[in-house]
Amino acid sequence: MKFLCMRCDEVMRFEERQLPGDGTMGVVFACPDCGSEVAMLTNPMETQMVSSFGVKIGGSKIPDQPLELTRTFLDGGRDEAFADPPPPNGGPVVWSPEAGERLSHVPSFVRGMVKRIYTDYARERGIDSITPAIMDQARSELGLEGM
Amino acid sequence: MARRFRTYGEVDGSAGQEVLDQVVAQRRRLDERLSHVRWVVPVVSGKGGVGKSAITANLATLLARRGRRVGVVDADLNGPSLARMLGTLETPLMVGEDGIVPAIGAAGVRLVSMDLLLSAADAPLRWKGPANDSFLWRGALETSTLREFLADIAWGSLDYLFVDVPPGTDRIERVLELVPAPGAVLLVTTPSAAAMHVVAKSARLLREAGVGQMGLVTNMSSYLCPCCGCAAELFQPRSRAGVQDIPGVEPWAEIPFDPALGDATDGGRPPVLDTPDSPAVQAFERLASRLEERLGR
Repeated sequence: MKFLCMRCDEVMRFEERQLPGDGTMGVVFACPDCGSEVAMLTNPMETQMVSSFGVKIGGSKIPDQPLELTRTFLDGGRDEAFADPPPPNGGPVVWSPEAGERLSHVPSFVRGMVKRIYTDYARERGIDSITPAIMDQARSELGLEGM
Repeated sequence: MARRFRTYGEVDGSAGQEVLDQVVAQRRRLDERLSHVRWVVPVVSGKGGVGKSAITANLATLLARRGRRVGVVDADLNGPSLARMLGTLETPLMVGEDGIVPAIGAAGVRLVSMDLLLSAADAPLRWKGPANDSFLWRGALETSTLREFLADIAWGSLDYLFVDVPPGTDRIERVLELVPAPGAVLLVTTPSAAAMHVVAKSARLLREAGVGQMGLVTNMSSYLCPCCGCAAELFQPRSRAGVQDIPGVEPWAEIPFDPALGDATDGGRPPVLDTPDSPAVQAFERLASRLEERLGR
Protein backbone atom coordinates (compact mmCIF):
# COMPACT_ATOMS: atom_id res chain seq x y z
CA MET A 1 0.00 0.00 0.00
CA LYS A 2 1.34 3.45 -0.90
CA PHE A 3 -0.09 6.88 -0.34
CA LEU A 4 0.81 9.40 -3.00
CA CYS A 5 0.87 13.12 -2.31
CA MET A 6 -1.06 14.39 -5.31
CA ARG A 7 0.40 17.84 -5.06
CA CYS A 8 4.05 16.76 -4.97
CA ASP A 9 3.76 13.37 -6.70
CA GLU A 10 5.77 11.83 -3.87
CA VAL A 11 5.20 8.65 -1.91
CA MET A 12 4.17 9.66 1.59
CA ARG A 13 6.35 8.26 4.37
CA PHE A 14 5.22 6.31 7.39
CA GLU A 15 5.31 8.47 10.51
CA GLU A 16 3.41 6.86 13.33
CA ARG A 17 1.12 3.99 14.27
CA GLN A 18 -1.31 3.98 17.18
CA LEU A 19 -3.97 1.69 18.56
CA PRO A 20 -6.44 4.10 20.12
CA GLY A 21 -8.92 1.38 21.08
CA ASP A 22 -12.06 -0.33 19.80
CA GLY A 23 -9.95 -2.30 17.36
CA THR A 24 -8.99 0.82 15.46
CA MET A 25 -5.51 1.27 14.06
CA GLY A 26 -4.37 4.75 13.14
CA VAL A 27 -1.40 5.17 10.83
CA VAL A 28 -0.01 8.56 9.90
CA PHE A 29 1.84 9.18 6.64
CA ALA A 30 3.52 12.45 5.63
CA CYS A 31 4.74 13.87 2.36
CA PRO A 32 8.52 14.25 2.47
CA ASP A 33 8.31 17.39 0.31
CA CYS A 34 5.42 19.51 1.53
CA GLY A 35 4.90 17.89 4.94
CA SER A 36 1.20 17.25 4.40
CA GLU A 37 -0.05 14.49 6.66
CA VAL A 38 -2.80 11.95 6.23
CA ALA A 39 -4.09 9.50 8.81
CA MET A 40 -5.43 6.10 7.79
CA LEU A 41 -7.95 4.65 10.22
CA THR A 42 -8.83 0.99 9.92
CA ASN A 43 -11.94 -0.65 11.26
CA PRO A 44 -11.56 -3.67 13.60
CA MET A 45 -11.86 -6.17 10.78
CA GLU A 46 -9.19 -4.40 8.74
CA THR A 47 -6.92 -4.18 11.78
CA GLN A 48 -7.38 -7.89 12.37
CA MET A 49 -6.70 -8.67 8.73
CA VAL A 50 -3.31 -6.94 8.86
CA SER A 51 -2.43 -8.55 12.20
CA SER A 52 -3.36 -11.98 10.84
CA PHE A 53 -0.39 -11.84 8.50
CA GLY A 54 1.93 -11.46 11.47
CA VAL A 55 3.14 -8.01 10.41
CA LYS A 56 3.00 -4.63 12.08
CA ILE A 57 2.70 -1.51 9.95
CA GLY A 58 5.74 0.57 10.71
CA GLY A 59 7.62 -2.42 12.06
CA SER A 60 8.26 -3.41 15.63
CA LYS A 61 10.71 -2.08 18.18
CA ILE A 62 11.00 -5.39 20.00
CA PRO A 63 12.18 -8.78 18.74
CA ASP A 64 9.46 -11.21 17.74
CA GLN A 65 8.60 -13.74 20.42
CA PRO A 66 8.20 -17.41 19.43
CA LEU A 67 4.58 -18.24 18.60
CA GLU A 68 3.77 -14.59 19.31
CA LEU A 69 0.86 -14.40 16.90
CA THR A 70 -0.63 -17.69 18.07
CA ARG A 71 -0.30 -16.74 21.73
CA THR A 72 -1.69 -13.26 21.18
CA PHE A 73 -4.78 -14.27 19.22
CA LEU A 74 -5.69 -17.73 20.53
CA ASP A 75 -8.87 -17.42 22.56
CA GLY A 76 -9.02 -19.89 25.41
CA GLY A 77 -5.42 -21.04 25.59
CA ARG A 78 -4.51 -23.50 28.33
CA ASP A 79 -3.04 -21.78 31.39
CA GLU A 80 -0.20 -24.26 31.74
CA ALA A 81 0.53 -24.55 28.02
CA PHE A 82 3.87 -22.76 28.25
CA ALA A 83 6.65 -22.99 30.76
CA ASP A 84 8.24 -19.58 30.31
CA PRO A 85 11.71 -19.15 31.79
CA PRO A 86 12.39 -16.13 33.96
CA PRO A 87 13.62 -13.11 31.98
CA PRO A 88 17.39 -13.31 31.50
CA ASN A 89 19.68 -11.62 33.98
CA GLY A 90 21.71 -8.65 32.92
CA GLY A 91 20.47 -5.89 35.12
CA PRO A 92 18.23 -5.59 38.13
CA VAL A 93 14.71 -4.94 36.90
CA VAL A 94 12.12 -5.25 39.64
CA TRP A 95 8.36 -5.22 39.36
CA SER A 96 6.47 -2.94 41.70
CA PRO A 97 3.62 -4.64 43.59
CA GLU A 98 1.12 -2.60 41.54
CA ALA A 99 2.70 -3.62 38.26
CA GLY A 100 2.84 -7.23 39.42
CA GLU A 101 -0.84 -7.05 40.33
CA ARG A 102 -1.65 -5.72 36.88
CA LEU A 103 0.44 -8.41 35.24
CA SER A 104 -1.45 -11.04 37.21
CA HIS A 105 -4.58 -10.12 35.26
CA VAL A 106 -2.92 -11.09 32.00
CA PRO A 107 -4.01 -14.65 31.10
CA SER A 108 -1.29 -17.04 32.17
CA PHE A 109 -1.26 -18.45 28.63
CA VAL A 110 0.61 -15.31 27.54
CA ARG A 111 1.83 -13.91 30.86
CA GLY A 112 5.38 -15.18 30.55
CA MET A 113 5.75 -13.70 27.08
CA VAL A 114 4.28 -10.36 28.16
CA LYS A 115 6.50 -10.20 31.24
CA ARG A 116 9.54 -10.79 29.12
CA ILE A 117 8.58 -8.04 26.66
CA TYR A 118 8.13 -5.48 29.46
CA THR A 119 11.31 -6.55 31.21
CA ASP A 120 13.34 -6.32 28.00
CA TYR A 121 11.82 -2.90 27.35
CA ALA A 122 12.88 -1.68 30.79
CA ARG A 123 16.35 -3.18 30.62
CA GLU A 124 17.09 -1.69 27.21
CA ARG A 125 16.19 1.77 28.53
CA GLY A 126 18.02 1.50 31.83
CA ILE A 127 14.77 1.43 33.79
CA ASP A 128 15.23 -0.50 37.02
CA SER A 129 11.64 -0.63 38.25
CA ILE A 130 8.55 -1.52 36.26
CA THR A 131 5.50 0.36 37.44
CA PRO A 132 2.02 0.65 35.88
CA ALA A 133 3.16 3.95 34.34
CA ILE A 134 6.11 2.21 32.70
CA MET A 135 3.77 -0.49 31.42
CA ASP A 136 1.52 2.18 29.88
CA GLN A 137 4.53 3.87 28.35
CA ALA A 138 5.75 0.59 26.87
CA ARG A 139 2.31 -0.29 25.53
CA SER A 140 2.02 3.05 23.82
CA GLU A 141 5.56 3.13 22.54
CA LEU A 142 5.72 -0.46 21.34
CA GLY A 143 2.17 -0.65 20.05
CA LEU A 144 1.40 -3.75 22.09
CA GLU A 145 -2.00 -5.09 21.21
CA GLY A 146 -3.87 -6.83 24.00
CA MET A 147 -0.87 -6.80 26.37
CA MET B 1 -9.45 15.78 -17.92
CA ALA B 2 -9.43 12.45 -16.17
CA ARG B 3 -6.45 11.72 -13.98
CA ARG B 4 -4.21 8.91 -15.05
CA PHE B 5 -3.02 6.88 -12.13
CA ARG B 6 0.25 5.02 -12.32
CA THR B 7 0.39 1.46 -11.11
CA TYR B 8 1.87 0.48 -7.77
CA GLY B 9 4.99 -0.77 -9.50
CA GLU B 10 5.41 2.41 -11.51
CA VAL B 11 5.58 4.56 -8.39
CA ASP B 12 9.11 4.42 -7.04
CA GLY B 13 9.86 4.49 -3.37
CA SER B 14 8.65 2.84 -0.25
CA ALA B 15 6.38 4.29 2.38
CA GLY B 16 8.68 2.93 5.06
CA GLN B 17 6.00 0.74 6.59
CA GLU B 18 8.48 -2.14 6.77
CA VAL B 19 5.74 -4.63 5.97
CA LEU B 20 7.63 -6.23 3.11
CA ASP B 21 10.75 -6.41 5.27
CA GLN B 22 8.77 -8.31 7.89
CA VAL B 23 7.41 -10.75 5.35
CA VAL B 24 10.93 -11.34 4.05
CA ALA B 25 12.15 -11.85 7.62
CA GLN B 26 9.38 -14.37 8.25
CA ARG B 27 10.40 -16.31 5.17
CA ARG B 28 14.06 -16.17 6.13
CA ARG B 29 13.31 -17.45 9.63
CA LEU B 30 11.26 -20.32 8.21
CA ASP B 31 13.93 -21.24 5.67
CA GLU B 32 16.62 -21.11 8.31
CA ARG B 33 14.67 -23.40 10.61
CA LEU B 34 13.90 -25.89 7.86
CA SER B 35 17.51 -25.87 6.65
CA HIS B 36 18.23 -28.22 9.57
CA VAL B 37 15.56 -30.66 8.42
CA ARG B 38 16.64 -33.21 5.86
CA TRP B 39 13.20 -34.09 4.58
CA VAL B 40 9.85 -32.39 5.08
CA VAL B 41 7.10 -34.90 4.32
CA PRO B 42 3.49 -33.67 4.25
CA VAL B 43 0.89 -36.36 4.86
CA VAL B 44 -2.19 -35.38 2.89
CA SER B 45 -5.36 -36.71 1.37
CA GLY B 46 -7.85 -34.01 0.59
CA LYS B 47 -10.49 -36.32 2.06
CA GLY B 48 -11.26 -36.58 5.76
CA GLY B 49 -11.47 -39.71 7.85
CA VAL B 50 -9.00 -41.81 5.88
CA GLY B 51 -6.50 -42.13 8.73
CA LYS B 52 -3.84 -39.53 7.95
CA SER B 53 -3.10 -38.81 11.58
CA ALA B 54 -2.86 -42.45 12.64
CA ILE B 55 -0.53 -43.13 9.74
CA THR B 56 1.56 -40.07 10.63
CA ALA B 57 1.80 -41.14 14.28
CA ASN B 58 2.78 -44.72 13.51
CA LEU B 59 5.21 -43.92 10.71
CA ALA B 60 6.91 -41.19 12.73
CA THR B 61 7.20 -43.46 15.76
CA LEU B 62 8.56 -46.32 13.71
CA LEU B 63 11.21 -44.16 12.07
CA ALA B 64 12.20 -42.71 15.45
CA ARG B 65 12.51 -46.26 16.72
CA ARG B 66 14.92 -46.92 13.85
CA GLY B 67 17.08 -44.15 15.20
CA ARG B 68 15.96 -41.35 12.91
CA ARG B 69 15.41 -37.85 14.27
CA VAL B 70 11.74 -37.20 13.66
CA GLY B 71 9.41 -34.26 14.19
CA VAL B 72 5.69 -33.89 13.56
CA VAL B 73 3.65 -30.75 12.93
CA ASP B 74 -0.03 -31.28 13.54
CA ALA B 75 -1.30 -28.88 10.89
CA ASP B 76 -4.90 -29.81 11.62
CA LEU B 77 -5.44 -26.78 13.85
CA ASN B 78 -9.21 -27.27 14.07
CA GLY B 79 -9.18 -31.03 14.58
CA PRO B 80 -5.85 -31.86 16.23
CA SER B 81 -5.24 -35.42 17.35
CA LEU B 82 -1.52 -36.09 17.26
CA ALA B 83 -0.77 -34.96 20.81
CA ARG B 84 -3.18 -37.67 21.96
CA MET B 85 -1.81 -40.27 19.55
CA LEU B 86 1.80 -39.62 20.52
CA GLY B 87 1.01 -39.47 24.24
CA THR B 88 1.92 -35.86 24.90
CA LEU B 89 -1.40 -34.30 25.91
CA GLU B 90 -1.05 -31.59 28.59
CA THR B 91 2.71 -31.44 28.22
CA PRO B 92 3.83 -27.82 28.81
CA LEU B 93 5.96 -26.37 26.07
CA MET B 94 9.24 -24.94 27.31
CA VAL B 95 10.13 -21.52 25.96
CA GLY B 96 13.81 -21.56 25.09
CA GLU B 97 16.23 -19.02 23.70
CA ASP B 98 16.02 -20.54 20.22
CA GLY B 99 12.26 -20.95 20.16
CA ILE B 100 9.67 -23.21 21.71
CA VAL B 101 10.99 -26.62 22.67
CA PRO B 102 8.71 -29.24 21.09
CA ALA B 103 6.84 -31.79 23.15
CA ILE B 104 8.46 -35.21 23.15
CA GLY B 105 6.17 -38.07 22.26
CA ALA B 106 6.41 -41.80 21.68
CA ALA B 107 9.93 -43.01 20.82
CA GLY B 108 11.20 -39.44 21.13
CA VAL B 109 9.16 -37.96 18.29
CA ARG B 110 9.15 -34.14 18.57
CA LEU B 111 5.72 -32.61 18.22
CA VAL B 112 3.76 -29.40 18.10
CA SER B 113 -0.04 -29.47 18.01
CA MET B 114 -2.85 -27.06 18.74
CA ASP B 115 -4.06 -29.64 21.25
CA LEU B 116 -1.10 -28.70 23.45
CA LEU B 117 -2.36 -25.11 23.61
CA LEU B 118 -6.12 -25.43 24.01
CA SER B 119 -7.71 -25.16 27.44
CA ALA B 120 -9.75 -28.35 27.41
CA ALA B 121 -10.10 -31.57 25.45
CA ASP B 122 -13.42 -30.41 24.03
CA ALA B 123 -12.35 -26.79 23.41
CA PRO B 124 -12.83 -25.77 19.77
CA LEU B 125 -10.25 -23.50 18.19
CA ARG B 126 -11.33 -19.89 18.57
CA TRP B 127 -9.48 -16.68 17.86
CA LYS B 128 -9.72 -13.24 19.40
CA GLY B 129 -11.01 -10.74 16.88
CA PRO B 130 -14.12 -9.12 15.47
CA ALA B 131 -17.00 -11.56 15.74
CA ASN B 132 -18.48 -10.75 12.38
CA ASP B 133 -16.90 -11.74 9.10
CA SER B 134 -14.23 -13.88 10.74
CA PHE B 135 -14.03 -15.87 7.50
CA LEU B 136 -12.20 -12.87 6.03
CA TRP B 137 -9.19 -13.13 8.33
CA ARG B 138 -9.32 -16.64 9.77
CA GLY B 139 -7.55 -18.30 6.85
CA ALA B 140 -4.68 -15.81 7.01
CA LEU B 141 -4.37 -16.20 10.78
CA GLU B 142 -4.32 -19.99 10.60
CA THR B 143 -1.71 -19.98 7.84
CA SER B 144 0.39 -17.65 9.99
CA THR B 145 -0.06 -20.02 12.93
CA LEU B 146 1.15 -22.90 10.81
CA ARG B 147 4.13 -20.81 9.76
CA GLU B 148 4.90 -20.22 13.43
CA PHE B 149 4.58 -23.94 14.14
CA LEU B 150 7.19 -24.61 11.48
CA ALA B 151 9.50 -21.67 12.13
CA ASP B 152 9.28 -20.96 15.87
CA ILE B 153 9.67 -24.48 17.20
CA ALA B 154 13.25 -25.38 18.10
CA TRP B 155 13.21 -28.60 16.09
CA GLY B 156 16.96 -28.99 16.08
CA SER B 157 18.39 -31.20 13.37
CA LEU B 158 15.86 -33.64 11.98
CA ASP B 159 15.90 -36.40 9.42
CA TYR B 160 12.13 -36.18 8.90
CA LEU B 161 9.55 -33.54 9.67
CA PHE B 162 6.07 -34.88 8.95
CA VAL B 163 3.25 -32.39 8.47
CA ASP B 164 -0.20 -33.85 9.07
CA VAL B 165 -2.39 -31.80 6.73
CA PRO B 166 -6.15 -31.51 7.34
CA PRO B 167 -8.75 -32.35 4.69
CA GLY B 168 -9.28 -29.99 1.78
CA THR B 169 -7.04 -29.35 -1.20
CA ASP B 170 -6.78 -25.70 -0.15
CA ARG B 171 -4.97 -26.84 3.00
CA ILE B 172 -2.43 -28.65 0.86
CA GLU B 173 -1.79 -25.43 -1.05
CA ARG B 174 -1.25 -23.55 2.21
CA VAL B 175 1.40 -26.04 3.25
CA LEU B 176 3.08 -25.83 -0.14
CA GLU B 177 3.29 -22.05 0.21
CA LEU B 178 5.29 -22.58 3.37
CA VAL B 179 7.18 -25.68 2.23
CA PRO B 180 7.38 -25.35 -1.56
CA ALA B 181 9.73 -28.27 -2.16
CA PRO B 182 8.89 -31.17 0.16
CA GLY B 183 11.06 -34.27 -0.09
CA ALA B 184 8.02 -36.42 -0.70
CA VAL B 185 4.30 -36.30 -0.08
CA LEU B 186 2.32 -39.20 1.31
CA LEU B 187 -1.17 -39.38 -0.20
CA VAL B 188 -3.48 -41.29 2.08
CA THR B 189 -6.65 -42.89 0.83
CA THR B 190 -8.98 -45.76 1.49
CA PRO B 191 -9.99 -48.07 -1.35
CA SER B 192 -13.36 -46.33 -1.68
CA ALA B 193 -14.14 -44.63 -4.96
CA ALA B 194 -15.31 -41.50 -3.11
CA ALA B 195 -11.98 -41.12 -1.32
CA MET B 196 -10.02 -41.77 -4.49
CA HIS B 197 -12.05 -39.15 -6.32
CA VAL B 198 -10.77 -36.50 -3.92
CA VAL B 199 -7.26 -37.91 -3.65
CA ALA B 200 -6.93 -37.64 -7.42
CA LYS B 201 -7.59 -33.90 -7.13
CA SER B 202 -4.91 -33.59 -4.45
CA ALA B 203 -2.48 -35.54 -6.60
CA ARG B 204 -3.08 -33.28 -9.56
CA LEU B 205 -2.58 -30.19 -7.42
CA LEU B 206 0.71 -31.60 -6.12
CA ARG B 207 1.84 -32.67 -9.57
CA GLU B 208 1.15 -29.22 -11.01
CA ALA B 209 3.04 -27.69 -8.10
CA GLY B 210 6.06 -29.71 -9.16
CA VAL B 211 6.17 -32.16 -6.27
CA GLY B 212 8.36 -34.99 -7.47
CA GLN B 213 7.72 -37.87 -5.13
CA MET B 214 4.19 -38.90 -4.24
CA GLY B 215 3.58 -42.17 -2.47
CA LEU B 216 0.08 -43.57 -2.17
CA VAL B 217 -0.82 -45.17 1.13
CA THR B 218 -4.04 -47.14 0.98
CA ASN B 219 -5.39 -47.36 4.49
CA MET B 220 -7.98 -49.94 5.55
CA SER B 221 -7.04 -51.97 2.48
CA SER B 222 -8.47 -55.09 4.08
CA TYR B 223 -9.96 -56.25 7.36
CA LEU B 224 -8.07 -58.65 9.58
CA CYS B 225 -10.42 -60.92 11.48
CA PRO B 226 -9.43 -60.83 15.17
CA CYS B 227 -10.58 -64.44 15.58
CA CYS B 228 -8.88 -66.27 12.78
CA GLY B 229 -6.57 -63.59 11.39
CA CYS B 230 -7.76 -64.01 7.83
CA ALA B 231 -7.95 -60.91 5.63
CA ALA B 232 -11.23 -59.86 4.03
CA GLU B 233 -11.97 -57.00 1.64
CA LEU B 234 -13.56 -53.94 3.23
CA PHE B 235 -14.55 -52.54 -0.14
CA GLN B 236 -15.91 -54.18 -3.25
CA PRO B 237 -13.20 -55.01 -5.78
CA ARG B 238 -14.97 -52.67 -8.22
CA SER B 239 -14.21 -49.77 -5.88
CA ARG B 240 -10.57 -50.68 -5.79
CA ALA B 241 -10.20 -50.23 -9.52
CA GLY B 242 -8.11 -47.16 -10.27
CA VAL B 243 -6.59 -46.91 -6.82
CA GLN B 244 -3.12 -47.16 -8.26
CA ASP B 245 -3.74 -45.36 -11.53
CA ILE B 246 -3.20 -41.73 -10.57
CA PRO B 247 -0.49 -40.17 -12.76
CA GLY B 248 2.74 -39.51 -10.93
CA VAL B 249 1.71 -41.43 -7.83
CA GLU B 250 3.36 -44.66 -6.81
CA PRO B 251 1.65 -47.17 -4.54
CA TRP B 252 3.88 -47.33 -1.47
CA ALA B 253 1.83 -49.23 1.08
CA GLU B 254 -1.43 -50.90 1.91
CA ILE B 255 -2.32 -50.82 5.59
CA PRO B 256 -4.91 -53.38 6.70
CA PHE B 257 -7.64 -52.30 9.07
CA ASP B 258 -6.83 -53.51 12.56
CA PRO B 259 -9.04 -52.49 15.51
CA ALA B 260 -6.12 -52.97 17.89
CA LEU B 261 -4.07 -50.49 15.89
CA GLY B 262 -6.76 -47.84 16.16
CA ASP B 263 -7.24 -48.40 19.89
CA ALA B 264 -3.55 -48.29 20.68
CA THR B 265 -2.93 -45.21 18.57
CA ASP B 266 -5.88 -43.36 20.06
CA GLY B 267 -4.56 -44.31 23.50
CA GLY B 268 -1.26 -42.54 22.95
CA ARG B 269 0.96 -45.54 22.34
CA PRO B 270 1.30 -46.34 18.64
CA PRO B 271 1.30 -50.14 18.17
CA VAL B 272 4.52 -50.05 16.18
CA LEU B 273 6.12 -49.92 19.64
CA ASP B 274 4.54 -53.07 21.03
CA THR B 275 3.28 -55.40 18.33
CA PRO B 276 6.01 -55.57 15.69
CA ASP B 277 4.67 -58.79 14.20
CA SER B 278 1.12 -57.66 13.48
CA PRO B 279 0.30 -57.41 9.77
CA ALA B 280 -0.55 -53.71 10.11
CA VAL B 281 2.77 -52.90 11.77
CA GLN B 282 4.55 -54.97 9.15
CA ALA B 283 2.86 -52.83 6.53
CA PHE B 284 4.15 -49.71 8.30
CA GLU B 285 7.64 -51.23 8.24
CA ARG B 286 7.38 -51.62 4.50
CA LEU B 287 6.09 -48.06 4.15
CA ALA B 288 8.99 -46.70 6.20
CA SER B 289 11.48 -48.67 4.16
CA ARG B 290 9.94 -47.48 0.91
CA LEU B 291 10.07 -43.86 2.07
CA GLU B 292 13.69 -44.15 3.10
CA GLU B 293 14.59 -45.92 -0.11
CA ARG B 294 12.91 -43.25 -2.24
CA LEU B 295 14.49 -40.39 -0.33
CA GLY B 296 17.88 -41.98 -0.65
CA ARG B 297 18.76 -42.92 2.85
